[in-house]
Amino acid sequence: MTATQRNDTLGASVGIRDVAVRYPGTTHDAVAGVSLDVPAGALVVLLGPSGCGKSTLLRTINRLVVPQRGSVEVDGRDVAEGAPEALRRGIGYVIQAVGLFPHLSVAQNIAVVPELLGWETAAIVARVDELLGLVRLDPERYRERFPRELSGGEQQRVGVARALAARPRVLLMDEPFGAVDAIVRQALQDETLRIHQALGTTILFVTHDVDEALRIADRIVVMKDGRIEQDDTPLHVLAKPATPYVAALLDAHDTVRRLQLLHARDAMLPGGADSPGPGASSVAPDESLRSVLAHLLDGAERVAVIEDGCTLGSISFAEIRRAIAASAA
Amino acid sequence: MNYVLRHPGDIAWRTLEHVELVAIALVIACAIALPLGVLVARKRRIGDAILAALNIVYTIPSLAIFALLIPLFGIGTFTAIVALVAYSQMILVRNVAVGLRGVPFALTDAARGLGMSAWQSLWRVELPQALPVILGGVRLATITLIALATLASWINAGGLGTLILYGLQHDDPIRALAGSVIAALLAIAANTGFHVLERRTAIERGGH
Ligand SMILES: Nc1ncnc2c1ncn2[C@@H]1O[C@H](COP(=O)(O)OP(=O)(O)OP(=O)(O)O)[C@@H](O)[C@H]1O
Ligand SMILES: [Mg+2]
Repeated sequence: MTATQRNDTLGASVGIRDVAVRYPGTTHDAVAGVSLDVPAGALVVLLGPSGCGKSTLLRTINRLVVPQRGSVEVDGRDVAEGAPEALRRGIGYVIQAVGLFPHLSVAQNIAVVPELLGWETAAIVARVDELLGLVRLDPERYRERFPRELSGGEQQRVGVARALAARPRVLLMDEPFGAVDAIVRQALQDETLRIHQALGTTILFVTHDVDEALRIADRIVVMKDGRIEQDDTPLHVLAKPATPYVAALLDAHDTVRRLQLLHARDAMLPGGADSPGPGASSVAPDESLRSVLAHLLDGAERVAVIEDGCTLGSISFAEIRRAIAASAA
Repeated sequence: MNYVLRHPGDIAWRTLEHVELVAIALVIACAIALPLGVLVARKRRIGDAILAALNIVYTIPSLAIFALLIPLFGIGTFTAIVALVAYSQMILVRNVAVGLRGVPFALTDAARGLGMSAWQSLWRVELPQALPVILGGVRLATITLIALATLASWINAGGLGTLILYGLQHDDPIRALAGSVIAALLAIAANTGFHVLERRTAIERGGH
């Protein structure tokens, strides 16, 4: 990935101000006054149970849902200004049902938005191959295939490629990997992180899977009944749930208990070259990740794993996430 | 067999006339049914009214529909085509509407989410997706029209019905039979042809 490509697609900020949505014929708000600031380039996960309003909130950003109250801004511009079609062509959108067009080949599916935008054919052809590479599908093998000739995971990859085709600065992903098995889901999560890092696109990612949220998020927004329960870093959501509801959500997923059962030795990044200075946090190899988490919460960047005065390795939140993900699979 | 052997040119001519009648009616009928079907699929209230009206036309006995149109348009090919077009609307409009309503939400949602206008979604996603069902309607309409067009000769519009009518009136069963058999063969050919097309488009769209 070259520097120029990165600049092309640098993310845009998303600002949601006091948004409320009520669907016609219903008696309560699907989204009941939500404010959220997503800085450019962030990867924010909306987490919550079925029906809590995650999709609805996400769809106000590309104006598939028009809120009764409040406003949404992308890159500082109100999404209510201008044609919604133009807005949507600039925002990537990936859904659980994938929604690949069955009568179009993989290449034609990916080319949809560039074509709507009137790109030159040569540019589109080159872009399709570039994107297939990005989502790790061999262009030679996959370009001419039809969606029915792909596995579920491959379809999701094409769905992501299609959403990224016109270099959107914001990517909305609504339970994009809900329909694939755990192994494929992790691979796709890795791809998402890699793409996020490579392109700098702002990503809003909806899931009801706690492990998925902990694994990929810069920030987790926990929702319930159309409201935000907690908006925080994964570390804080995990270690310091703001409400009994968030605690129960993590509990139900067994996340904290699994941390209790995992040991520092198994999660650490090996190597002790840069030994921690005096006063730095350290734990014994047999201590649980739960207590490592407590150290991290006290402000430590990394916690050293020390045995008999020797530094065996160290653990940051990244290692904890990886351990959680590994124990979930 | 005498007639068939002595007048192959006559038979060929009437067959051509028949095909022409059906083809012209079918093209016009599709051109009308497509927008009507879209309307029916999009607007429930108006749609139900349109379907009810077309249903009434459809229930008129086929010969009567020709008779009813004579005071309006006189006799001849034009009237026959109007009758055929009117009669096939029910089948065509209903299939266009059913096809469009059956397009999965995920596809229309994706189309909108990617930034297609309502028109672009219709042309690029919904109609192609509904094509197998629409083709099914065209197939049914075609075989119905091939049968119905044999009645066109009653109002002097030519076609294979001419052979049948003449045969019945002049005690020439072979001639009547020739007309009937060719009409039946045309219907079978049309049915098979459209069926193949329908299957192919359905499989392309992930059906079976
Ligand atoms: N088109 C609609 N018409 C009426 N009510 C709707 C519509 N879409 C969603 N709702 C309702 O709004 C609420 C929020 O729905 P939403 O789809 O945003 O939830 P979600 O958090 O995405 O759930 P899930 O995890 O099941 O996708 C639910 O109560 C749902 O029944
Ligand atoms: Mg949802």
